[in-house]
Parts: sequence; C-alpha cells; structure tokens
Amino acid sequence: MRNPQLNAAGELTHLLTLEGLPAEIIVRVLDTALPFVSIAERDVKKVPLLRGRSVFNLFFENSTRTRTTFEIAAKRLSADVINLNIGVSSTSKGETLRDTVDNLVAMNADMFVVRHAQSGAPHLIAAHLNRTGRAHVHVVNAGDGRHAHPTQGLLDLFTIRHYKKDFRNLTVAIVGDVLHSRVARSLIHGLTTLGTPEVRVIGPKTLLPAAVQSLGVRVHHDMREGLAGCDVVVMLRLQSERMRGALLPSTGEYFKHYGLTSEKLALARHDAIVMHPGPMNRGVEIDSAVADGERSVILPQVTFGIAVRMAVLSILAGT
Amino acid sequence: MKIEINHGRVIDAKHGVDRVTPLYIAAGTVAAIGAAPAGWSADRAIEARGMVVCPGLIDLSARLREPGFEYKATLESEMEAAVAGGVTSLACPPDTDPPLDEPGLVEMLKHRARSLNQAHVFPVGALTVGLNGVELTEMGELAEAGCVAFSQAESPLTDTGVLLRAMQYAATFGHRVWLRPQEAHLAKGGVAHEGEVATRLGLPAIPSAAETIALATIFALVRTTGVHVHLCRISTAEGVAMVRAAKRDGLPVTCDVAVHHLHLCDVDIGWFDAQCRLIPPLRAVSDRAALRAGLADGTIDLVCSDHTPVDDDGKQVPFGEAEPGATGLELLLPLTLKWATEDRIPLPVALARITSQPAAILGIGSGHLGIGAPADVCIFDPDLYWRVEPAALRSQGKNTPFIGLEVRGKVRATLVDGQIVHEA
Repeated sequence: MRNPQLNAAGELTHLLTLEGLPAEIIVRVLDTALPFVSIAERDVKKVPLLRGRSVFNLFFENSTRTRTTFEIAAKRLSADVINLNIGVSSTSKGETLRDTVDNLVAMNADMFVVRHAQSGAPHLIAAHLNRTGRAHVHVVNAGDGRHAHPTQGLLDLFTIRHYKKDFRNLTVAIVGDVLHSRVARSLIHGLTTLGTPEVRVIGPKTLLPAAVQSLGVRVHHDMREGLAGCDVVVMLRLQSERMRGALLPSTGEYFKHYGLTSEKLALARHDAIVMHPGPMNRGVEIDSAVADGERSVILPQVTFGIAVRMAVLSILAGT
Repeated sequence: MKIEINHGRVIDAKHGVDRVTPLYIAAGTVAAIGAAPAGWSADRAIEARGMVVCPGLIDLSARLREPGFEYKATLESEMEAAVAGGVTSLACPPDTDPPLDEPGLVEMLKHRARSLNQAHVFPVGALTVGLNGVELTEMGELAEAGCVAFSQAESPLTDTGVLLRAMQYAATFGHRVWLRPQEAHLAKGGVAHEGEVATRLGLPAIPSAAETIALATIFALVRTTGVHVHLCRISTAEGVAMVRAAKRDGLPVTCDVAVHHLHLCDVDIGWFDAQCRLIPPLRAVSDRAALRAGLADGTIDLVCSDHTPVDDDGKQVPFGEAEPGATGLELLLPLTLKWATEDRIPLPVALARITSQPAAILGIGSGHLGIGAPADVCIFDPDLYWRVEPAALRSQGKNTPFIGLEVRGKVRATLVDGQIVHEA
C-alpha cells in the first residue's frame, strides 16, 4: 500500500501523519523552518512564497489556537486565507465531506488545512483528491480525532532539537491522557523515527491505549519512576470529560499522582525542558511554578509552531 | 418440468455423495441420482461438465433491506443477488424498519418474497418489541406467521433477567434464540478491535472481552435453562475456545462466522478503509486463524454472508462515521471456497458449512440432494476467476472490502423447487 502522503516521486504532497514518514522528510521540514523563526523578529514579517495561493482552513472541530497559527503562517507566506466556519456552513445542512471539498476545490483552493473530530477524515479527503485527478491540491492534517496532529509533532520535534540538539541521546517522557491524544501519537512516531532511544509514556492505566508498547514506548504508571533521568518532559492536557467517563475520579487525585510540580521535575535531569501543547490546565496537569519556571519552553513552542507550519505549507506548495 | 443435470461432480455432504454423475429433477424435487427413473425424458438438459452440482446454498444472515431501507436495496435486487450467488434459502435478521416484531410485517415479507419466485426466505423474528430489550414479542404469533427463530440482531439486551425469560419463553414453544455475543457497555462507541491497529489509528475500540463476557453469560443461562442458543458471528479466538469447551460439556449451542471475517483482520483497515467497517469488528490475525481452525474442526458450525447492503453515502465518510456492513450474498460461495482451498479443506466439508449445516439450524428439509428433497440446486464452476466489481454484482450493495479483487468460483445456474431461477 503506497503512502498516501507521498507522490510517485517520493515527495511530500499531503501532511496527514508522522507515522511512516521518512526521516529525511521530517528533518527537511525542521531545517526549512529555521530561517522562518527569524522572520517573526523582523518588521516586515512576510515572504512571498505562497503569493497567489489560497489556503482554506477547514475546521470541523473548534480551535482558535491552531487555526490562528495556521492563518498567521499562511499570511506570512503571502497566501490568501479563507476560514470555513463549519458550524454554519453546508455541512450542518447535511452536505457530505466530499461534496464540501469538491465545492471548495471548484473555488480554486490550493491547500486545505483540516481539523476533524473523526480519525481518518484528512486521509479520506486526500484519497478523494488523489483519486479524482486533483493531487495538486494539498491537505494538511490539523488534528483528526485521536489519530494524528503532525504539525504539532513537528513543532515539538523542532523545539526538542533546538534545546537538545541530538535525538539519539535523549530520554523523553510523555505524561497524561495518551489514550485520547493525537499529539502524543504524532510525537511518539516522530521521536522513534528520528532515533530517540527511550520514549516513555506515563499515566494511569485508564488513560493509556491498548498495546501502546507497540508504538515503541516504555510504559510507566509511577510518575516519579518515569521521570527519572528524563531530558524532555511533555505534559498533555487533561480534559474534564475524562471524569465523566469513569476514567478518573477527580482532578485533585490526578494532580497528586500525575501533575508536574517542581518537586517531581527535580527527578528529571537538571537541564530537562518542560513542554505542553496547550492550552494548559494549571493545577491539573502542571502547576504554575513549573509552567512559568525557567525550564518551561511552552511559549517558545508557540513561536516555533508558526515557523514549522510555514515550512510545511511552503514545502507542500513547492510539490 | 423434468430437468437432468449431466456430467457434473455431484456433492451432497449429508449423504456422502461426491462423484461425477447425473442428477434428475421432476415435480420440483430430486427424482434420482446416477440412473434415470423409469420412462425418463427430460424437458431440459443442463450440461455441467467441469462443474460442481451441490444443494443450493443456505445463508443464515442476509439483510434484504425491506421493509424500511428501500433506498439501500430492495427485495427484487437482493433476491436476484441471492440466486446469482447460488443461495436458494436465506434467513433475514429482524432489524428492518420497523423491526419484524409484528406478524403482519412477517407475513408481508414472506408474501413479497414468495411472489418473486426465487430463493426461500425465512424471517427471524424480533425477540423483544422494537428490539428494545424490554418486552417480549408475541413469539407464538410470529412463529405462525413464518419466523424460524428469534433474535435481537445487533441491538443490545442488557437486562440479563429479560434475556433469561426471553430464552425460556422461546423454548416453551420450541423456538431457538439466536444471539450476538456482545456486551453492550464494553462495545459502546467502539468501531474497531481493541489492539495495536486501533491504537495506531486512534479509533475507539471494542475489546475481545466484550464477546467473551457475553458468551459466559449466555452459557450460564443455557446451563440453567437447557435452552438451545445459536451464536451469531463469533469473532475472537477466545470465543471459539469457549464454544469448543461448551460443546464438549454438552451444552446445546451452535455458532456461525461471517464469511468476511474468515479472510480479513484489523490490519486490512489500512488507512481507514471504511469498507472494513464491519460488525463484529475485524479482529487480530490470531483471531482470524482461530476462526478458520474453528470452522474446520466444526466448533463453528457454518458460515453465513451477513449480507448488509450499504450505499456509497454510508461508506464515503470517515471510518468512525461509516455505516458498518458489506455485501455478501454473491461472495459467500467464492469466499468459502477460498478458505477451503487455502486450508486444504475437502470440498464436501466446506460445502456442508453452507448447505446441510445451516439447514439443520433452520430445521428445514433442504440442504441436501436425497431422493424427494426439494430441488434446490446450485451448479458452479469451481475454477472460474471473476473480478468483484459493482457491475458484476446484482445486489444494490456494491460495498465490500473485496471490491477490485479477483475471486474464484462462479455460479452458472441455480434452481429453486426444480425451477431454473438463475443462469449465467
């Protein structure tokens, strides 16, 4: 089965998931993002790489943060950005995903940035475009269900590379609700592809998916054990729905066992960095002292996120 | 009409017949095998050289989509599909709209089916009103209207007390209950088998325990009541082992497997292929191996198609939103033959799983070619390859994971009650 993200020449034509992406392509995205970081510091923050192209933000799930960063990234590349408010669009009138896409392509969309509550929705769109002779229209997955959030994975990799340089020496811990997390899955695939020798997941049994070891991770239920000697600690957001689904009894108990405090962080390496995809629940998965402390790189993640998304859009546009 | 079928390999598992020999049909029944009856002169001679001549296939689960789902398929198209697939008798589950919980609906369905003069249709009645799992249906009335058994189709029956009483009530009148072993709470929201593939794809999952826990409950109730139960669509290795042990203990249980599950597993979902969205979910490679072994050793009594026509709108959506089901009537034979060839199962044994065994569960007199049996016959070419394409399927359900693939085994003629209802 051919990788639906790559064209016949092996070039990236859609970004759907980090799983199965060759390391060279991942590294190329990270390298391409480097010069875009400094653009943010200039007065004129634009480059003309995507001038004349239309990027459609197709968000079936609410997200101001991710949509905004994609919008900023596309505009800094001089693209035209159209935001589709799916709630009032035709989809709520029963229009199918494919018909929505077909209509937008007819309006000369060059790129779709798609977020959807169902795992596999971007794959469906990409397959539809590939099959109907419109493979020049690119799809970027901005998060599909629990499955993948590849641009988040890439910006997390960029952040880690920025502070730690070489993946092949690192111990990385991902803490929290891995079961429901597309961020975790994408990061795990990216880390293992780039040769990270020790990737750990830490959480209660109810929040870790079946056969999670098959992703190439070591499982810990004891956070103190799991953090020992880590270079990178990635905290995942805990959603309040988890309490209603009989997965957890309370945020209080969760914070006690799986929340990141200065005391627990001290078990990691002295120069460990703390990451979080945002938005944070202070006092639930991370306390303010750590979130605002000197080891936190949470805000740089946001800055790097724009550069990485600019890199993804520009690479796809060049295919 | 007097029909003779010449030079075919006649296989009748029930009577141990497996040889190249002529078959003679008169007055809608099997008149003779081997030597023609005295004074015989055929109205029609069918040349079956190189073909297999066997009892018409009996499919224990085929959704005809009437009443209620006519936009997906109609009786006309699906009955044509049945005989094109060599199926001469089929049982349809009660999950129509409205469900088959009223005698009038059952009578109408039987009447409609009879008027089409194709396969025999045996409706399975709803065990509870509206399949709601709360109130019993009038099983006596439904049986009189033509129901051969009672089931919940895919609807959960979570109140074990109700399940127990439903089983006892059905047994009081000599009827059998067909149950899908699935624990409703564990299965809720799940769309794929709990395991490595679902974890990678980020799909909500159904653990194997959903099946084994339900089986344990059902076996305990069977032990208490002595009621016969037929288990529908077994899917896990552990489940097969439990059925084997239950049969060894002498429990009156039978079970079936859906033909797609003999060949596919969760890995086949690939990049979210909604054709593989099925109930029960496609499970792991090891489960598939156990299903095949269980069918070979008789733990699993028979194969059914679980024919479920789904229109394109139901499949061209993200996996989790897709409608589960695949077309199956025209694939039951080639996919059963595929299993038999791959696992070196003798052809008569394989054919028994789709003829005499389902006949025994239904309690009908067909599924064999003994003298006097209804002349429900399937003549097929075991060596002919054909591509599974929308145009090649008579069913309105064009969706199956096997679309675009080649399968081996094509029906050349089908007879029901001695009438030729399909010829290719």
